[in-house]
Parts: sequence; structure tokens; C-alpha cells
Amino acid sequence: MNLLEKLDAAAAARKAMLPNGVGAFGVPIEEVYSATEARIGDRRVILLGTNNYLGLTFAPECIRAAHDAIDKEGTGTTGSRMANGSYSGHRALEREFADFYQCSSAIVFTTGYQANLGTISGLVGPGDTVLIDGDSHASIYDGCILSGADIIRFKHNDPSDMEKRLRRLGSRIETTLIIAEGIYSMLGDQAPLTEIVRIKNQYGCILLLDEAHSLGVLGETGQGLVEKTGLLKEVDFITGTFSKSLCSIGGFCVSDHPQLDQLRYVSHPYIFTASPSPATIASTRAALELLRKGSHLRKQLWDNCTQLYAQLQETGYELGPDPGPVIAAILDTPQQALLMWNSLLEHNIYVNLILPPAAPEGKSLVRCSVNAAHTPEQIKYVGDTFAKLYPVVTS
Amino acid sequence: MSENYNEIMQLLCDRLSSMTNTGVQVTAETNLISQLSIDSIKLLSLIMEIEDTFDVSIPINALADVQTVRQLADLVHKIKYTSE
Repeated sequence: MNLLEKLDAAAAARKAMLPNGVGAFGVPIEEVYSATEARIGDRRVILLGTNNYLGLTFAPECIRAAHDAIDKEGTGTTGSRMANGSYSGHRALEREFADFYQCSSAIVFTTGYQANLGTISGLVGPGDTVLIDGDSHASIYDGCILSGADIIRFKHNDPSDMEKRLRRLGSRIETTLIIAEGIYSMLGDQAPLTEIVRIKNQYGCILLLDEAHSLGVLGETGQGLVEKTGLLKEVDFITGTFSKSLCSIGGFCVSDHPQLDQLRYVSHPYIFTASPSPATIASTRAALELLRKGSHLRKQLWDNCTQLYAQLQETGYELGPDPGPVIAAILDTPQQALLMWNSLLEHNIYVNLILPPAAPEGKSLVRCSVNAAHTPEQIKYVGDTFAKLYPVVTS
Repeated sequence: MSENYNEIMQLLCDRLSSMTNTGVQVTAETNLISQLSIDSIKLLSLIMEIEDTFDVSIPINALADVQTVRQLADLVHKIKYTSE
């Protein structure tokens, strides 16, 4: 089989899973009306498949900041920070992240994906070990592969399994990096951080926590799981993204370790890519300010999350273990999930379809991402529609 | 071949037979993907089981060159008995 035939085979497998040309992946969105509504085809739909957790995509402060930055600095930086230099906005955003996390330093990356790629591949290398949760995001896996370190998985959210695998490493423990996530993107469950920190301290390892889905969502000021658990100072490196609660694109790493700054000189995903555009940096800075004082947004978000989670649970859906902004209905077969996804779209609700092998344990998911801007009426309509479809989909 | 190696090979063949249920008789030369249709998720679960059974750490990046049961047995044997 040649290279192109391999792609043909993959396309045939995808077509078999998604018959009739169903375009569940990469749905064309024609117009976006607000943080919660858009047009797909001729339908005005409720957006329940975005990670716009605080609902800030149309925040006037962010839009104005982006406009001003374009007027002052143009549309793009046209190169990497290493070669072309750092704009004042890049440096300011790094100071603001360091301040937000009460850390000595921060690095901004061009995407959240690159934040994990760049941080992991900068911290570990061949001969070192990464111990990662089995349900880790692809950016973590890819960062580990890029690093050349040995990759060992532990069972998802199972600290005792993690400790068992750590203990086996023997003298290699001192060059082991443990990686976990604040909220896991598939089922929306949270890492058992207290236990993970206890074990990493006992064995003397370094811990990296990815707060991509928990930034803005957990903790009084929205720092994430580190704030909710009071363990900010116990986590060595925190990564995250701008593309969820901060409504732009980019990523970051913060740490109290002075060695963080050295990543700028060894991390290819930081060095060999164009830096974030002025508009992106400006809107992110404005969003970070809103996030920090956004306890009212977090309250709205959690009211919506708990309402929808309770309604789906009451209906009988199998859900992830923790209520939160990611609410995944777990279905037994891809056919059920596809039927559910299509039926929801026919009822003007757009969610995410997750099929094997992307979903854990071979399951299929219909994943909702709730945000603070959803109205109680929208949430109720979504819950009622899920209830109406339950007997159809599960029969 | 050593007793230890044979033990690993036997365990892998038994486990793969019960996991895959394809009717294919699993031998040392059986290809994990083309003959047993072991996908990446199943392979990673199997690796965790093997790690626990033999009390070893098997880096998943070491699996890139593994296609047959024999190659998997070689890898487990090498990690278990040459790294101690």
C-alpha cells in the first residue's frame, strides 16, 4: 500500500463510520450570532459544542482591545520571537500570567497545543521518563513523543496505579515528569490532584498540570484545579490555553522554577513558529482581566452546568463522573452517537460527536460544552430535547 | 530459548487469543494488526496488563517497531531480564 492508498483506506474507514456523507467533523458554521448561537446551513442553532466557557467571544472589552492592537501594530508579527523580537504585548501578557499564578515566570506560546509540546519537550529528553494519565490530550502525547523520553501511562485518574508505575522506575524516578490535567476533555472529570501531589512529593518528581479546560472554570479567581484544591505551590509547571475561557488562541506555561525561562532557548515549538498576533495578545489580555474578576461568570457557568448535568442524569444518560462545563453523554455504539448527534442538530442544537478511538474505552460520546452565556431557557430546551430523544436513541 | 522467554510467549499467546476472538490461532509469528486487528487502544491496555504481570515498565514509544507476537515477547524479555 503506497502513501496515498493508506489515506484512501483511512477515508474509507471514516466513511463507513459516518454514512450518507454526514459532516459531523468540521461542520461548516455559516454565521456566528453570539456566544451561544450560530447558523449551520439554514438552521439557527444553540452552540453547545464550543469551549467558550465564560462566554467572552463577543465581550466588548476584548473586541475593542483587538481592534486597537491591529490599528497600532498591524495584523501579524510575521516571525518568531527568537528571530524577530518580542512585542510589548507578549511580554506584558507573560507578566500578567505570572502575577495571576503568583509565579516568578511565564512563557506565552502561539497555541495551547504548542504550550504542551514546547514545555514537555523542553523539560524531558531521551533517557528521561514521562508518566502520563492514560486519557491525556493528544498535545501531551505528542509533546512526549517529540521529547524522545520514555512514555509510561497510568490508568486514568488512578493515583494508586500511578504510584505503582512510578515505584517500578527505581533510580529513574529523579528524571521523571508526571503529567495530569485539571479537567479531562472527553468526560469532563477532574484529576485527583491532592493524591497526585502527595505521591509526587513522596517520590521527589516534577509535576506538570494542564489547566486547559479548568482555567477560568475552577477556583475563586479561575486559576483552575490548583486553586480549587489549594495546591498552587505544589505543582511545578502549569500549562494552559487561550482558546477556551480566554476566547482567542495561544497557550502558556507558568512556574516558580527559574529554569522555565531556559525553555525559550531549547524548545522548538517556541522557537520555530511565528509569535501570536497583536490582536490575539490584546484580546487575551483583556479576557484574562475579565476572567480574574469573573466570579459572577463562573457562578452562571456552574448554575448552567449543574442544571444540565442533573437533567441528563435524571433522564437516564450515562455521564462522566463530575458535573462541569464538559458534559458527555456516553453511548454504547457509534451508531447511537451518530443518531443522537443528527437528531440534536435537527432540533437546532450543535454538540460534539466523539467516536472511537478518540473516546475512552471504545465508547462513543455526544459531548456538550456549557458556557456562562447560555440562558436558563436554552439549557432547559437542551435538557428537554435530550430527554425526548433518549428512548429513540437507546432503543 | 529460556524458560522465562517461553513463559512470556505463552502468556502473550493466551491473552491475545482471549482478547481478540478472531478465530486465528495465535503463534509467535502472528501479526498483531493485520491478523488480530489489535488497535492502539487494545494494545495499550495489553501493555498495562503485561507491565503488571511481569512488574516492568514498558515505554509505549518502544512499541513502534512491534508488529508480531515474537517482537512483543522479545521486548518484554529484554526489559525484564536485561535491565535488572
